[in-house]
Amino acid sequence: MPDEVLDCRGQRCPLPVIAVARRLPELPVGTVVRVLADDPAAAVDIPAWCRMRGQEFVGQITGPDGPAYDVRRRH
Amino acid sequence: MSATPVYLDAATATPLHPVARQALLAAFEDGWADPGKLYTQARRARQLLDAARAAAAEVLGVRPDELSFTPSGTMAAHAAVLGGLAGRRRAGRTLVHSAIEHSAVLHAAERHVADGGDAVSVPVDRLGRLDVDAWSAAVRAPGVAFAALISASHEVGTVQPVAEAAAACADAGVPLHVDAAQSVGRVPVPAGWSVLTASAHKWGGPAGVGLLVVRKGTRWESPYPADERESGRTPGALNLPAVVAAAASLRAVAADAAAEAARLAPLVDRIRARVAAEVPDVEVVGDPERRLPHLVTFSCLYVDGEALLHALDRRGFAVSSGSSCTSSTLRPSHVLEAMGVLSHGNVRVSLHRETSEADVERFLAELPGIVADLRAEAGVVGL
Repeated sequence: MPDEVLDCRGQRCPLPVIAVARRLPELPVGTVVRVLADDPAAAVDIPAWCRMRGQEFVGQITGPDGPAYDVRRRH
Repeated sequence: MSATPVYLDAATATPLHPVARQALLAAFEDGWADPGKLYTQARRARQLLDAARAAAAEVLGVRPDELSFTPSGTMAAHAAVLGGLAGRRRAGRTLVHSAIEHSAVLHAAERHVADGGDAVSVPVDRLGRLDVDAWSAAVRAPGVAFAALISASHEVGTVQPVAEAAAACADAGVPLHVDAAQSVGRVPVPAGWSVLTASAHKWGGPAGVGLLVVRKGTRWESPYPADERESGRTPGALNLPAVVAAAASLRAVAADAAAEAARLAPLVDRIRARVAAEVPDVEVVGDPERRLPHLVTFSCLYVDGEALLHALDRRGFAVSSGSSCTSSTLRPSHVLEAMGVLSHGNVRVSLHRETSEADVERFLAELPGIVADLRAEAGVVGL
């Protein structure tokens, strides 16, 4: 389970990516943040951001709140 | 103060070549008659059409009777795919295509699926290059009727392994369509295809002319109601002046293609290197080496693609973008998605014969400040 949820539903990219980029460094290494984002670009851009920033993209899930993306702080 | 316009969107439409303009005006004078009729004016029109076909066929290294002109590159691609599937319906109903085809091919595939057929999309790697092993396995599967591969990505410039893909198709006995819209008139296209399409306004001809080449012996059947024009491949009266201009400009650009590629490729390399070095948090996408000489794409982290396009436009730069906010469907480019690269803040720059080194230098000088301003406005500096 994620340690924290960022609700970015209704936001257009790059806003969900900016939200995770703002929040993740404030949390301890190892923390998993779940980003709820219904903009289809998030499915591409959140994994791409993780790769560019050396953070871990845990995976995409589709739950009752729509598409969600789990990201773990690695450094 | 408005900046001098710098047009950097040749991959969408290239400015009309002077030879095209000249041929267009001349052909308006004596190319208006129906080339199918039996009187003097028609014979003149027929001569112009035959000469245009011969010229275009010579550039592509095909027989004139294999080449038809169509009302656009999009219609040529639709006809290539749907006609290739129709001609092979007894072999099966599966279309194999890459994940990064032009939307014209993907929309034809959607139509085929809606009509009860199948379509198999073959992935590309992070650089936008076709997975040849997956492609070879896909075309060998039972029931495959036809395959479609873009010669080089229109969005990121990565040149596709057409020769390898064509060899796999030949082994499997599956005809291959190559959408060569970004290559014809710029770089050679490897042999081995059965159907090839191109679009005149991508090489400096007028809009409204496409090329559809069907090699002898290919089982291809027109998807349209019967019409005797253009060997029965594409219906309706052609825009003959535009066809004449397209062929004349194709011959002109093909003659200069090697020199133009040698001039533009270093400018593209310079853009790739300088953007990566001088704009922070940018992802330059596409294959660094096996690429088109005139096209380069990059994505700027945390920047809104539409805002970036507008900011560049205000400084006089016309570019394209694959970001979702710039598309009518609000979906990111399927090409960037298939590659798994950043899709927001995306810019495609494509050069042409009128692009000067000074144009590129001005773009490179202004871009870092434009991106920095947008990031400052959005409050994302230092993220």
